[in-house]
Amino acid sequence: MNALCQQRATLSRIVSGLGLLLFAALLAVTARAQEAGRTPKPTIIIESQQHCIAPPERMRREHPDMLRHQRVRTVHLGERGSKVSLNACIECHADRQSGSVIGSDHAFCQGCHSYAAVHIDCFDCHQPSIRPSAPRLTLGAMP
Amino acid sequence: MSAAPQQNSRRALLGVGVAAAAGLVLAPGVRLIELAQARAAGELASGQVRWGMLIDANRCATGCTACVDACVNENGLNSAIDLRQRPQWIRKVELKQVGTGRTATVPVMCQHCAEPPCVDVCPTGASFKRADGIVLVDRHSCIGCRYCMMACPYKARSFVHETLTQQKAEVPRGKGCVEGCTLCVHRIDRGQGPACVQACAESENGAMVFGDLNDPGSQIAQRLRVQASAALRADLGLEPAVRYQGV
Amino acid sequence: MNAPLRTRNERHLFWLLVAAGSLVIAAALAAALAMEEHGHSITGMSNQIVWGTPHIFAIFLIVAASGVLNVASVGSVFGKPIYKARAPLSGLLSLAMLAGGLAVLMLDLGRPERLVVAATHFNFHSIFALNVFLYSGMFAVVAVYLWMLMEARMNPYAKPLGLAALAWRFVLTTGTGSIFGFLVARQAYQSALLAPMFIVLSLGWGLAVFLIVQSVIYAWNGLQLPPAVQTRMVRLLGVFIATGLYFVVVYHMTNLYWARQGAFERFLLLDGPVFPWLFWSGYVVLGAIVPMAISFSPLPRGPLAAVAASTFVLLGAFAQLYVFIIGGQAFPLDIFPGYVAKSTFWDGTVDTYAPSLPELTLGVGGLGIAFLITAVGVRVLRFVPQDDFGAHAVSHAAQE
Repeated sequence: MNALCQQRATLSRIVSGLGLLLFAALLAVTARAQEAGRTPKPTIIIESQQHCIAPPERMRREHPDMLRHQRVRTVHLGERGSKVSLNACIECHADRQSGSVIGSDHAFCQGCHSYAAVHIDCFDCHQPSIRPSAPRLTLGAMP
Repeated sequence: MSAAPQQNSRRALLGVGVAAAAGLVLAPGVRLIELAQARAAGELASGQVRWGMLIDANRCATGCTACVDACVNENGLNSAIDLRQRPQWIRKVELKQVGTGRTATVPVMCQHCAEPPCVDVCPTGASFKRADGIVLVDRHSCIGCRYCMMACPYKARSFVHETLTQQKAEVPRGKGCVEGCTLCVHRIDRGQGPACVQACAESENGAMVFGDLNDPGSQIAQRLRVQASAALRADLGLEPAVRYQGV
Repeated sequence: MNAPLRTRNERHLFWLLVAAGSLVIAAALAAALAMEEHGHSITGMSNQIVWGTPHIFAIFLIVAASGVLNVASVGSVFGKPIYKARAPLSGLLSLAMLAGGLAVLMLDLGRPERLVVAATHFNFHSIFALNVFLYSGMFAVVAVYLWMLMEARMNPYAKPLGLAALAWRFVLTTGTGSIFGFLVARQAYQSALLAPMFIVLSLGWGLAVFLIVQSVIYAWNGLQLPPAVQTRMVRLLGVFIATGLYFVVVYHMTNLYWARQGAFERFLLLDGPVFPWLFWSGYVVLGAIVPMAISFSPLPRGPLAAVAASTFVLLGAFAQLYVFIIGGQAFPLDIFPGYVAKSTFWDGTVDTYAPSLPELTLGVGGLGIAFLITAVGVRVLRFVPQDDFGAHAVSHAAQE
């Protein structure tokens, strides 16, 4: 009984050790890959020369909350003209050729969302294109 | 934003000029000045105001669909599916009185009730009444259960049965959500009136009046105070913001 | 022992049933996916008839789920020993049918992916929002109740839990009836009578489902229910159906008395398309008179009588729900009393409805879910009624 317990303890230690080693190796590999530029990054095209309503780092992190907060104010409270406006985003960021923020992985919204595999719900209802009469592009390979 | 200051002031002058001209040429009874000025950025809808409409069946013409066409155009309601399933935010109803045989025609749309049954029954609170009385659907919360469609006495709401791609930028709407007349809230918020009222005025019939029911000096309030009018299904006690004359 | 010795044939048949149930459910999921992909334009529903065939199945399952628990209530709360033995099966059926009904309801939503929104944003004026709590709470109450029933040392708590379950399902079914009863503008629905009517209907439909399932389980296991028990349950079914018919009669009689409801009643009971036929032949004759005749007939009845009466009750239930839900919507709203109306939006016009394949598939899928849960549950746990009849012991295969 004692010998069996000891065997089991040793085995579990070996397995844990291997696991830790594997994890460390993975971390090292991914870090090296990013440094070496082997990790694909989203390639969105931002053609507008103007400044966005906030710096890119803040926009990347906070734009879902900005939109979620503002939509309550716009729809329920009737607040217009806020600097947080989906239509304003689209007007500024729409692709020059297609006029849309979706439709290709270089398009502004779809590019990053496709990369991060986060489904965009907005364009079921909101018009993603600044030229609504143009043929509507689909969300393509959106998750 | 990047235009030179000189161009900006010229644009402003043009804007004022157009507004003044528009105020002159629109049919009598519809004066732009009646309507609230566009709300300032950041200003919320006010509970002091209650938007309403008055529809005169005596002036509404059989066969005229100016209001319906304007609504379809303004809100992007193009649809080619079965008429049973197609959204209709406003429709012309032909009426014939039982017994007397008197005929009339009126447009019917969301009545923007003071006590909306649709708001009561919505499980997520997506159907709501804004501070200024406009009853709307918040499509961020709508789950498409259609209970509000069952509850509405006026059959004001439509369900979107198909995928939409040609939405207007100011009127987001999508598959699986319920929708209805918004009183052109996007136009009201910039100081205009609903598209149907404007189209009716331009059609020379002038059967529709829009304005602030809470403002005793507004044209609509003055008319309602002097002339008899009625709400549809007044027995239900919903106090709609849309009133009718001649039916 | 859960069941008598299983033959290989029996095992194969069980897995075949599981496969069949799973296939039905898979078809329903495919239908739901198609509806979400293409929108409700592929269904027969419209802006006038907004709730179609899936709602018929869903409401049947939810109402019957509440009613089938009555068997357990009669046992736990009123202390009848025969019903006590049947309580676990009744609880399982309740959970299974509730799951099936709710699944159909949720998959028919315009935006089923927004279920999280429905579970986190509540407008408590809405009976739908209250129902979210009532239905999910029902799962919890019945699950705990089952635990009290099936674990011997918890049996003393079965009575209070049974009482809780009884109260809960009365509130729940009142809520289900009130979904329609609160609709002020609909000529078919604006009635406080609907809440108690739904409670009585639930008792009848629930007992019918229970009798069918019980008969099938007994036949499968080679057991036999004593005739006395059989008779009593079938007669109870007759009583419930009679009471249900009473409510329907009162409802229509009152409507007929009001001049403003005349056109609607005429449409529903006399000259509407399909609805009068469904109401009179489907509900009144097949769903009420025939089962009552079987229940109250003095002739000796075997298990076949129970199954026959119950099947007719269920056919009548679907006919009644079709008339109630579809017929109630097909008749146009009376927006201009005293006028005949006409428009492009079906004002003043009866809307025609035909169930579409996606709707039927989805609805039947709800039955499939209930079936699968019941079949697997009965197989795995001790839900088969454990009767102790002593001298009335049934076939030797059932002896423990």
